[in-house]
Amino acid sequence: MLKIENVSKTYKGGKKAVKNISLDIKKGEFICFIGPSGCGKTTTMKMINRLIEPSEGKILINGENIMDKDPVELRRQIGYVIQQIGLFPHMTILENITLVPKLLKWNEQKKKERALELLQLVDMGPEYLERYPYELSGGQQQRIGVLRALASNPPLILMDEPFGALDPITRDALQEEFKNLQRTLDKTIVFVTHDMDEAIKLADRIVILKAGEIVQVGTPDEILRNPANEFVEEFIGKDRLLQTRPNVELVEQIMSRNPISITEEKSLTDAITIMREKRVDSLLVVDEQNVLKGFVDVETISEYRKKAKFISEVINTEVYSVKQDTLIRDSVQKILKRGFKYVPVVDQNNHLVGIVTRATLVDIVYDSIWGEEENQVAEVVEMF
Amino acid sequence: METMLDFLQTNWQELIFKAWEHLYISMIAVFLGIIVAVPLGIMLTRMKRSASIIIGIANIMQTLPSLAVLAFFIPFLGVGKTPAIIALFFYSVLPILRNTYTGIKGVNENLLESGRGIGMSSWERIRLVEFPLALSVIMAGIRTASVYLIGWATLASFIGGGGLGDYIFIGLNLYQTEYIIAGAVPVIIMAILVDYVFSIIERKVVPKGLKGMKEVA
Ligand SMILES: Nc1ncnc2c1ncn2[C@@H]1O[C@H](COP(=O)(O)OP(=O)(O)OP(=O)(O)O)[C@@H](O)[C@H]1O
Ligand SMILES: [Mg+2]
Repeated sequence: MLKIENVSKTYKGGKKAVKNISLDIKKGEFICFIGPSGCGKTTTMKMINRLIEPSEGKILINGENIMDKDPVELRRQIGYVIQQIGLFPHMTILENITLVPKLLKWNEQKKKERALELLQLVDMGPEYLERYPYELSGGQQQRIGVLRALASNPPLILMDEPFGALDPITRDALQEEFKNLQRTLDKTIVFVTHDMDEAIKLADRIVILKAGEIVQVGTPDEILRNPANEFVEEFIGKDRLLQTRPNVELVEQIMSRNPISITEEKSLTDAITIMREKRVDSLLVVDEQNVLKGFVDVETISEYRKKAKFISEVINTEVYSVKQDTLIRDSVQKILKRGFKYVPVVDQNNHLVGIVTRATLVDIVYDSIWGEEENQVAEVVEMF
Repeated sequence: METMLDFLQTNWQELIFKAWEHLYISMIAVFLGIIVAVPLGIMLTRMKRSASIIIGIANIMQTLPSLAVLAFFIPFLGVGKTPAIIALFFYSVLPILRNTYTGIKGVNENLLESGRGIGMSSWERIRLVEFPLALSVIMAGIRTASVYLIGWATLASFIGGGGLGDYIFIGLNLYQTEYIIAGAVPVIIMAILVDYVFSIIERKVVPKGLKGMKEVA
C-alpha cells in the first residue's frame, strides 16, 4: 500500500539526510525504522506525510503519488504520533482525540461516540473526556496521543519514537497494548525507534538505516539470524544474538556431555591426578548414583592436603546448577551476570548430565555470527 | 477643599461627560490598535526577516514624544477627536504587536508540528492552536496599551480632542488647582480601574487546561 521509490532528501546547506531509499510496505504491515541518531529515520518518515518534501524519488500510497495530493488532505488520511506526545494543553481529552474528525467536520454526537469507543480500546473510561492533558500520567497522555492518530480510522499511521519518553515499565505495557491494538485494527504502521528490543517486539519487518541508507530489511528473526554486516551485528548487540540463536533453545542442546567429575569417597591425591590429566582447576563431585553433590577446586585441595584425606571432607556443597531443560536465554543471563566460569547441568533428579562453560557460550556467539560450521565448533569444544 | 466641592457642585455633569469622552477616545484607539496589531503580529510570525524590521519601526515610533506626534497630525487631519484617536492608536500598536508576536512565537514547536502532522491548515493552526495558547500574552499587551492610552489621552485636549485633559490644561494655564485635580484624579482612578478590569479579562481568557497546568507547576 505504501511504496517508497528511490527517495532522497538533501537539506538546504547540502546535508544528505536520506540517500536513495526504496521500500515496499504491505497493507497491515508493522514496519520499524531503526538506526543510530541522525541516520535519517525521522526525515524518511516525515516525507511520507509531506512534512518534508523529498528531493528525489517518489512515494506512492495505494498507487497514488503523494505529491499529486493536497498536503493537508493527505495528512488527515494518515495518523501521526510524535515523540513528545503533542497533545494540546488547552483542549480537553475529548477535543484532543477528536481533532481530526473536527477538521473533517463530523458532528458533535459522532465525535463523542468515537472518543468513547477509542478510550475503551485502552481501558480508559468516559470520566477522562472532560479532563485536560496535565491531569493525566505520561503513559495515559501517550495513549491519548495514539488514540488521536486512530480517530478518523486512517489506514496508515506514522509514529516517531512514540514511547521514547516513557519509563521502561509503562513503555513495556504500552508496547504490548499497542501491538494487540494493531493486530485487531489491521493498520499499516511505520514506527521509528532506536530501541532494538522495541523493534523486535513490535515489528513485522525491521528497516535498519545508517547514514541515510538502508543497511538491511527483514523480519526480526531474519535480522537476528543473518545480520547483513558488522554494523547490524553491533547494532543488534552480541547479547541478543546469544539469546536468540535459532533452533537452539534448551541448555541440553549446547552443554558438553562429559563433565569432569569425581566421587566423594576418592582421595585428594586422586583428585589432583585427574585435574592434572584433564587440565582443569575444579572438579564436580557426585555420589555413586551420579547425583551432584558439590565441587572441589584446586585451592581448597592444596589448603587441606595435609589435614584431609577424602573428597567428602573438603567438598563445597554450594554449587549452582541448571536443569537440562531450561531455556538458554535464562541460564545465559545468570552465568554471565554472576561471573561463573562454568555451570553444571542436571536432570530432574539432580543427576549430573553435562556442563556449560563460558567457552560454550562463546561458541554460540561465533556460531550465530558466522553460521553453523559444525566441525569448527566441534574443534573449539575439544579445546576447552 | 471648599473650592473643590464648589467646583464639583457646579461642574459635575461636565466632569462626567469629560471622563466619558476620555475613556471613549482611549478605548476606541485601543480597539483600533487590536484590529491592526493582532493580525499584523500574527503575520509577522510567518515572516522571518521583515519581522525584526517592523518591530524595530514600531519601537522607534513608541519613543517619539507624544506631543510631537499629536502636533504632527494637525496639518493632515486638523484638530478634534479624529486626529487625537489616530495619534493614540499609534501608541497602542506597539505593546499589542510586540505581545502578539512573542506570544505566538512562544507556542511550543512540537505542538505546531503535531498540528501540521495531523492535517491542520495554516489558518486552522492559528485559530485552534496558536491564538488560544498566545491569548493571555496578547491580552497582557492590550492591558498595557489601555493603561498607557488613558494617561496619554490627557494630551488629546491639546489638539482639541476633549477629555479630562481639558481640565488639566485649563488649570495649568489659569493656575487653578481645583481644575488640575479635577482632571488628574479621575484619570488616575480610571487607569487603575481599567487595569483591574483587564486583569480580570486576562485571567478569564486563559484556557482552562493551561490554568491547571500553572497550578500544578
Ligand atoms: N531541517 C534540517 N536541515 C538540515 N539538516 C537537517 C534538518 N533536519 C535534520 N537534518 C539532518 O539530517 C540528518 C537526519 O536527521 P533525522 O532527524 O532524520 O535523524 P533521525 O534518524 O530521526 O535521528 P534521531 O534518532 O536523533 O531522531 C541529521 O544529520 C540531521 O542533522
Ligand atoms: Mg528522529
